[in-house]
Formats: sequence, structure tokens, C-alpha cells
Amino acid sequence: MRTQIEGSLAVAQAVAACRPQVICAYPISPQTHIVEGLSAIVKRGELPGCEYVNVESEFAAMSVAIGSSAAGARTYTATASQGLLFMVEAVYNASGLGLPIVMTVANRAIGAPINIWNDHTDAMSQRDSGWIQLYAETNQEAADLHVQAFRIAEELSLPVMVCMDGFILTHAVEEVDVPEADDVARFLPPFAPRQVLDPADPVSIGAMVGPEAFTEVRYLAHDRQMQALELIPQVAADFAEVFGRDSGGLVHPYLTEDAETIVIALGSVLGTIKDVVDERREKGEKIGVLGITSFRPFPLRAIEAAIGDAKRFVCLEKAFSVGIGGIVASHVRMAMSTHPIKNYTVVAGLGGRVILKTSLHEMLDKAVTDSLEALTFLDLDTDLVERELARTRADRRSGPAAENMLRDLGTVRAASV
Amino acid sequence: MRTGTSGPSCEPAHPINRAWALFTLPSPSAHLEDITSLGRPENRPGGALAGVAGPPPAQVRTIGPLHLRDPRHTLLIMFEVRIHGRGGQGVVTAAELLSVAAFAEGRHAQAFPSFGSERTGAPVVAFCRIADKEIRVREPVVAPDALVVQDATLLHQVDVFAGLKPGGYVLINSTSTPGQLGLGDLEESLGVGRLLTIPATDLAREHIGRPVANLVLLGGLAAFTGIVHLPALLVAMQHHFPGTLGTKNSAAATAAYELVQSLVPSHP
Repeated sequence: MRTQIEGSLAVAQAVAACRPQVICAYPISPQTHIVEGLSAIVKRGELPGCEYVNVESEFAAMSVAIGSSAAGARTYTATASQGLLFMVEAVYNASGLGLPIVMTVANRAIGAPINIWNDHTDAMSQRDSGWIQLYAETNQEAADLHVQAFRIAEELSLPVMVCMDGFILTHAVEEVDVPEADDVARFLPPFAPRQVLDPADPVSIGAMVGPEAFTEVRYLAHDRQMQALELIPQVAADFAEVFGRDSGGLVHPYLTEDAETIVIALGSVLGTIKDVVDERREKGEKIGVLGITSFRPFPLRAIEAAIGDAKRFVCLEKAFSVGIGGIVASHVRMAMSTHPIKNYTVVAGLGGRVILKTSLHEMLDKAVTDSLEALTFLDLDTDLVERELARTRADRRSGPAAENMLRDLGTVRAASV
Repeated sequence: MRTGTSGPSCEPAHPINRAWALFTLPSPSAHLEDITSLGRPENRPGGALAGVAGPPPAQVRTIGPLHLRDPRHTLLIMFEVRIHGRGGQGVVTAAELLSVAAFAEGRHAQAFPSFGSERTGAPVVAFCRIADKEIRVREPVVAPDALVVQDATLLHQVDVFAGLKPGGYVLINSTSTPGQLGLGDLEESLGVGRLLTIPATDLAREHIGRPVANLVLLGGLAAFTGIVHLPALLVAMQHHFPGTLGTKNSAAATAAYELVQSLVPSHP
């Protein structure tokens, strides 16, 4: 039913409609409302047979998820930021064991400095963890992707991370047609695990594997992600048949057909970019947008096809690899390796820095004339940076950089010494 | 249910049927009106708001489960509201309920907080966008069509008027006049009937028994701008706060609605 609802609650209801049997989670902003919503649904008795497990940490959350999934239970958890980092060892185990857990990551920055706001650093840090990673553009897509995630995960026996922008989506109240249990039942078959801990038919899961077979196990993990490249669009098509709307898939091209410039991004910022692109199209500029929904597996061929004969691409990223630059951009360059084109990395929205249409227009004015720096930090306060650099040059003991800059900004008062 | 709905029927689920009857639903043929043929309201005399109070043709989307749309509405490109208050005053709830009311009237709406480290007493901002097409933009409201200031002490602490559109609406919770608040110049520049102070906390105390003015101000905003109508707002309040609290807030919001109607030219 179409309803005006907070993104977190829409996701909670969508997950509940998938009839999970175990939900184990530890609260952390901005994910908290999702698991609060699910705990209320379980408490009201609306998910008979579902165990909601309050755990003592994120490490425990993923460990419980591994246990319950191995026991054949449809399993869900959610986390963000430091919570995701805290569970990392178990995150890799979940994928290595091939357990089809679905986890929401309500994307948030990683400290230090501590920051509760949105960017993609947390999920990007797990890009090599072996999980499938899907990024939601809207709350509608966030809700829908969870339904698709269980289907993809269980079909391939691989865990799936659904990434949605913390606060920007989780805390936004907007219209969502929340998937209902009856429709989900037509789309998502009951969980039939490929491997299960069953006392009647005992197996061991998690054997030590030496050099004789480790490469082969890893190779098969990659092979299953390559299978996901085929499966994800099929699942999106099946979803459209049952629910009557397009959600998910590998990529979302928008006005890319004749575009000379293509802006590439993941997640909720795509909405703002589309508005900006519409405004530029009205002035006759040939510009389009390519949203990447599936970051793992990375759809090299779909991206190459969508970019087509464009002259340049701009990757707008809410994370970057310190010491080299863009993460998504390097992937897209690989997609274009047979016919490289001009490209720019724009790091934006770090730690909740708002991404304004005016800033995007200014940046694109430079990009379309090829006068943009190859690596640009959108709305970087260069004066603030220069002042801190000057301090480090002037004084060996210049002190903590973050606190110095907050003092410059007047956010923190000067120490009264 | 926090943001639940009463099902696909047009029948109201709440005891405010009389208010419901104020709305005449147009015939199904009105749904076929091509929205692109209506032109952009902001290009019409009077700016974006001309679309709100404008003449027929009727334009109704039927996806809203409440079907509260006033048939006299025409296409609304975008109306943006920014609400300022302090942690604990219900700023985020106000934005959310405004969006629910707009949704109930068949519009698209988006509400979101400013995502600060909200704590009691700290300045808090929340936003609400209302439009007749899908709202994709995620930037904060930088150029509001309407401002609601829940706590007038913020005037000395935060640049609440930043980016306000020319001719935009300003509704401040205060027992003082704009002149007494030092806003005489702003009042003049915004034009007649665009800056209003109402004693929303007093109304809240009177009707709710607590000095919580967030939803009271929404009643005032509805009368002031016509962006939503009172019945939809009351439905939103009752959904969010079922029972006595919803009833009391509805009474307070209605009082503010009537007060503002008596102060400014009413919207048709």
C-alpha cells in the first residue's frame, strides 16, 4: 500500500514481509529506527516464528546471523559505520561460508574524527568482503531491494548488503509503496538452504582449508558473484512483474542515450543529480546520469554499454581511497579500458556535507569544458585547510588537526589557557 | 500504527467526517487531465502559490489512500517549508505531519530533519517539500517558500531567514508583534500579510495543557499559506497521535487555523 512513511520503517515493514526467522541486531545511528521497527513488529506478534535476538555488539550480531543462517533460518541484521567495522571478521566469514544473510547498511562515515552523518566509507570498506552490495536511490528502492536481496542471497547462497544513505534516506519521510507479505510470498520462495546444520544429517561447516583448495574456494566465490551479474537483472524483472515497478537491477541509466557527459553515482544523491541534469538539458547540454545499483558484483559491461560514445564521465563519490582517490571512478575506468575517455572524480558529501545543486552546477560547468581537476573535493574549504597547514609548518607541536579546525570555525571555543 | 493508513477506501477512518465533507471529489474523468498541459505555476502571475489557489482545471492523483485532495488545486511544482525550533519542541514531527497531510491530499511530499546531533534545547531544523511530481532532490531547503519559527529566541541565535524567497511566508510563535521582535523591515520587504506572529504556545497550553506548539503552528501555516487544508492536517495528527493527545492537538491546531484566518486574507 502506498503510504507516507519514514524510510527506516518502510524497510522494517518490507523486511518483515519477507518473513525472516531470525533478526539479530545492535542499535547504531542511523540504522536504529529499522531494527526498532522490526522489534516492535515481532513484539506485536506479527511475525510468528521469528526470533528477535538482542545482542551485545555488532560482532555478536553477525556471529548470531552466521549461526542461524547455517541452521537454515532466513536471517536479517542491520548496522552502520563503526558497527560494520566491529563485525568485519564475521562479515568475511559469512560470505566465505556462503550464508545468505541480508544486512542493511545505513551508510555513515567512519571515524576518527567521530561523525554520525552520511557518506559511503563504511560500505566501501567492505567492497572486498565477498558480499553482494546493492545501493538504493530512494526509500522505495530501499524497501524493494530488501525483498530482492533475500531472493538473490538464497538463490546463490551468498550474503547481500543493502546500502541506503543514513539520515538522508533512513530518516526521510516520503511516499513508499511498501511490499506486502502476500505479494512477497509470490516473489520469494521459502528458504531452501544449500547447506544446513541438521542433527539428523550432520555436516561440518567452516573447515580449515589449506593451499590445496583455498584458491579454488575463492575462485568459486568470484564465480558466484559473476552469476549474480546474470541473476540480479532477472530478479529485478521478476520483481517488476509481481509488484509493477522497476527497482534494482545492475544500473539505472537516465538520459544517457545521446549524452556527451555522464555523471555516475551511487545512492540517494542521484535524485539531486537528476534534477541538475534536467536543468542543464533544458539549456541544450547533452548530459546524462548513470546510477550504479550493484556495486558488487561490479557490472563492467552494463556500465560500458551505458556510457557508450560519451566524451567524458564524472564519478561523484561519497567515499575515497586515501592515497589514490576515487574508488568508483577506478572501477569505471576499468569498464572503459578498451576505449578510455576523459574522466573526473568528485568526492562529495563526506561526513554529511550537504551536496547542493548550485555546487553541482559549478562543478559541471568545469567538467563539460574539461577544466575540472582530475580529483576534486566538492566545496572544499581551502582556506580552512591552508590555515591548518600553516600551523603545522609553523609549529612542530601544532596539536590535533580536527580540533584546530573546529576552533577556526568557531564550532569549539578556544581553550582558556 | 505510526504512519499507517486506513485502507484503499475513500471512507474516513476517523471521527472527523464533517470536515471531510468540505471536499468534493471530482469525477473520475478529471483524473485524466494531462498535467503537462497545465503549465508551470511559477510562470503564472503570483508565483508558485498561484497554483494552490488557482482556478480549475481540477488535477487529482488518486494514489493517496485518504483522497483528501481539494479539486480546486492545480499543478504545484514545488513548495518548500523550513521549520526552526529547539530539540524537544517537535520540529521533526511537525515536518513529518505536514508531509503526511500533503500526501493525504494526493501530493508528493518529502520531510526530513537537518540531521544534527539533536539534543534538548539545541537549535533544530526540519524541512518539508510538497509537489505534484516526484520529489528527487535531497539537498536541504535552501530557499524556503515558508518559514515556521517555533521558538522566537532563535531569532538572535540562528539566521532563520537565510534564503527566504521574495514574498515568502514567515510564521513565528510569539506573543509580540513583528515590530516588537525587530522584524519591521523584513515585514515590509516581504509584503502585506507575509509575516505573522501567533501565540502558539498559549494556544497549546489552553488546548493541550502543555507548551508544545509544533502542531498548533501547522494549523496556522495551513490557514496562512493554503498549502495544505485543515482536515488533512487533522487526519495526519490523529494518525500520529491516536486518542486524546491527537484530539487535543487537533483542537489547538484548529484554533490557530481560525486565528490566522481572522488575521490574513483567506485562501479559497
